[in-house]
Amino acid sequence: MSIISRGKTFKWHRKHLLGLRDLSVDEINYILDTAKGFEQISTRSVKKAPPLRGKVVVNLFFEDSTRTRNSFSLAANRLSADVIEFTQKASSVSKGETLLDTARNLEAMGIDIVVIRHSAAGAPMLLSRNIKACVVNAGDGYCEHPTQGLLDVYTIREMKGTLAGLKIAIVGDIAHSRVARSDMWAMTKLGAEVTFVGPPTLMPAEVGRLPVKVSYSLDQVIEQVDVVNMLRIQFERLGGSPFPSTREYSRYFGLTVERLQRAKPEILVMHPGPINRGLEIESEVADGRNSVILRQVANGLAVRMAVLFLVNQAAAENLG
Amino acid sequence: MPYRTAAGILCQNRQASQLQPIHDERVNMKVILNAEQIARTIGRLADQIAGAETPRPAGTSSSDNGLAIIGIRSRGEILAQRLADRLSQKLRKSIPCGTLDITLYRDDLNAPHSGSQPQVRTTEIGFDIDGKVIILVDDVLYTGRSARAAMDALIDLGRPKAIRLAVLVERAGRELPIQADYGGCKAEVRPEQSVQVSLVESDGKDEVVVE
Repeated sequence: MSIISRGKTFKWHRKHLLGLRDLSVDEINYILDTAKGFEQISTRSVKKAPPLRGKVVVNLFFEDSTRTRNSFSLAANRLSADVIEFTQKASSVSKGETLLDTARNLEAMGIDIVVIRHSAAGAPMLLSRNIKACVVNAGDGYCEHPTQGLLDVYTIREMKGTLAGLKIAIVGDIAHSRVARSDMWAMTKLGAEVTFVGPPTLMPAEVGRLPVKVSYSLDQVIEQVDVVNMLRIQFERLGGSPFPSTREYSRYFGLTVERLQRAKPEILVMHPGPINRGLEIESEVADGRNSVILRQVANGLAVRMAVLFLVNQAAAENLG
Repeated sequence: MPYRTAAGILCQNRQASQLQPIHDERVNMKVILNAEQIARTIGRLADQIAGAETPRPAGTSSSDNGLAIIGIRSRGEILAQRLADRLSQKLRKSIPCGTLDITLYRDDLNAPHSGSQPQVRTTEIGFDIDGKVIILVDDVLYTGRSARAAMDALIDLGRPKAIRLAVLVERAGRELPIQADYGGCKAEVRPEQSVQVSLVESDGKDEVVVE
């Protein structure tokens, strides 16, 4: 029986989840352990539980997103919260209302949790300092996307048992990737060795100060790593010409069947979605036996339920 | 064999009250059940359940195939496993056993907690509960709020034929209209006292104390 041994007196005290950089190892593990308890809600006949009954969650999205927004909505619904969808085009932000005005107006309606995505790094932090509701960061600028980082480490832990000692490559447009940054914080805190892989034009300027290795050649790292996370090439964020052509990019940095054959047989292939098939990853690889891309989606739901539950719990206890 | 009678609870009570209360270095602490008494109580609960629930004879095929035991985390889980083992031996067939985490169904989630923070764990029930008679197992029946939460949690998992409640210790102080169908020991406990159940699997020893 695997029980009770975790009877440590850990207490969750954060009513906001702004990023993974500031979280302790215990806090990250606590979220992952809590998420485990939410997994089965999605597999049973009544896919709903009551812990956020009577609470209101606002999805405040100032950037386009389908997956993350839907995942948060479904997570909130499964915990019995009411959900308000607030997207930029449908709102008065286009009429010149500031972020804080928008948030204060929503707060006047009696909301409990704000899930925010914004193109400006630090927007969730600004919000958390100015409203009473809980704030969950769903992606800010190139800074953090904490729930994606959590679901990635959750998936790795689920498949490999632990992150300690694993070698992980994060491949692609690191400079414009908040996923890469949140992954890096969570993975290195849990004991993995992270290598950023991509062309020099897509490496962040501050990469030398980050706790990662850097490689400009996927071929040099593919044979050594236990996990490879292929980032999406985000054409909407790429100004200028960071690489000569998409064909050249996929030749040097795409995960092809041929490259995967040189990798460890039990390597995990991850991708935050949505996939540009044939560009950063070949279809056969994305759908192949090493791929855990759909596990990531399923786990994202459990992790987001856990995060919504925990921030509300801290708020209920007047913590954080 | 006083433990097999219908008045088992009373017998157990008389037996317990005849015992010299064991005072040790732990001040204001009284052992109300020792390891042997816990084992006997579980045996008696198993006998009562086997007698009353009369599962269909093996071989009669039906979607309703009888009895299952589900323990409430975390002490109830251990007691459920012991009860299921006894029942399986007694009935010469395997009685399914599962574990229920009721944290998401608690009615005090939005109130500050003076003690430890409620922690979500997994529910592990590897069988279909539809149509079954479920014996819900907990260590102590006190306010009845855990049992209420557990019933709501179970009903989100399916539609059992019936839910019964079996507990090791009953104490006064019900806040909801809930009673045990199978009760172990009735403990005389003042409102400011608490009942602490220790079990080998989680705490290294079998013992129930009032402190």
